[in-house]
Amino acid sequence: MQLDNTDRQLLNLIQKQIPVSSRPYAVIGAELGIDEAEVIARIKSLKESGIIRRIGGFFDSRKMGYAGTLCAMKVPEARIEEVAGIINGYYQVTHNYIRDHGYNLWFTVLAPSPEQRNQIIEEIKGRTGIGDLMSLPAKRLFKISVKFDVSEVDHADRK
Amino acid sequence: MLTASEKRIIREIQNDLPLCERPFLEIAERVGVTEEEVLQTVDSLLERGLMRRFGAAVRHQRVGYKANALVVWRAPEGRVEEVGLRVASFREVTHCYQREPLPGWPYNLYAMVHKHTQAECLEVIRQISKAIEIDDYLMLFSTRELKRASMLYFIED
Repeated sequence: MQLDNTDRQLLNLIQKQIPVSSRPYAVIGAELGIDEAEVIARIKSLKESGIIRRIGGFFDSRKMGYAGTLCAMKVPEARIEEVAGIINGYYQVTHNYIRDHGYNLWFTVLAPSPEQRNQIIEEIKGRTGIGDLMSLPAKRLFKISVKFDVSEVDHADRK
Repeated sequence: MLTASEKRIIREIQNDLPLCERPFLEIAERVGVTEEEVLQTVDSLLERGLMRRFGAAVRHQRVGYKANALVVWRAPEGRVEEVGLRVASFREVTHCYQREPLPGWPYNLYAMVHKHTQAECLEVIRQISKAIEIDDYLMLFSTRELKRASMLYFIED
């Protein structure tokens, strides 16, 4: 999908905040100089093309009382798909990436209590038979700001 | 801490906001409360910091941010706070956490760096390293995304 300037402004704006008001898309439209229906249509196509993953609330898991951790695992190359299948089956696993290191699988686990979180990790070890797994819970959060400036036209849309 | 009604509303707003003229009204009807109550709850969750943001998440690869590295630093014990704040101040750093080291894994400061290309990531990481004066670090570039989803809260209550 080719993004025009309005799409770019729209994406930068709605990554910051969707107005908490009865007609949020009309408020956004007023800001961008387009009407409500066009805002809705543009967001719809940005979603359909996979650029927008979700619009909604993003929570502070710790303040919600949840216990998270970052796990790193050493998985034999040939078993990546199978092991990822097991790990990704947990809805409590929200991120899972292959990284170029001996610890090649990096995923997060988030659960309502440290006990439940640790139980999931033990289950993953048991089901995969891989014991070489580090659990690295956060001690302190310095930053989380997952917003991407899409103004830089040159690099976008390259598949 | 959270009322039953707030939890019901969270279960809705952790999904996708409906694409209609009055999306909060649609949520209100599903939950069985008024639109006003949904709006007030969203505002309140933001004010209390339980919700960091109410907005859109983009797939960073699809808007040109193709390269990401998890950088793990070994910060001297007494410098963790200073270094963490400095690393976090870089625009290209989306996440920055202190984590406890483990035996054989001495790293205690973690930062996610997102850029358009791997070369740009390397340059930013070099600048950060210079700024914090720490050379002891590893760069773990992502070669494949296997899962990226939003957490579902209170679905087992």
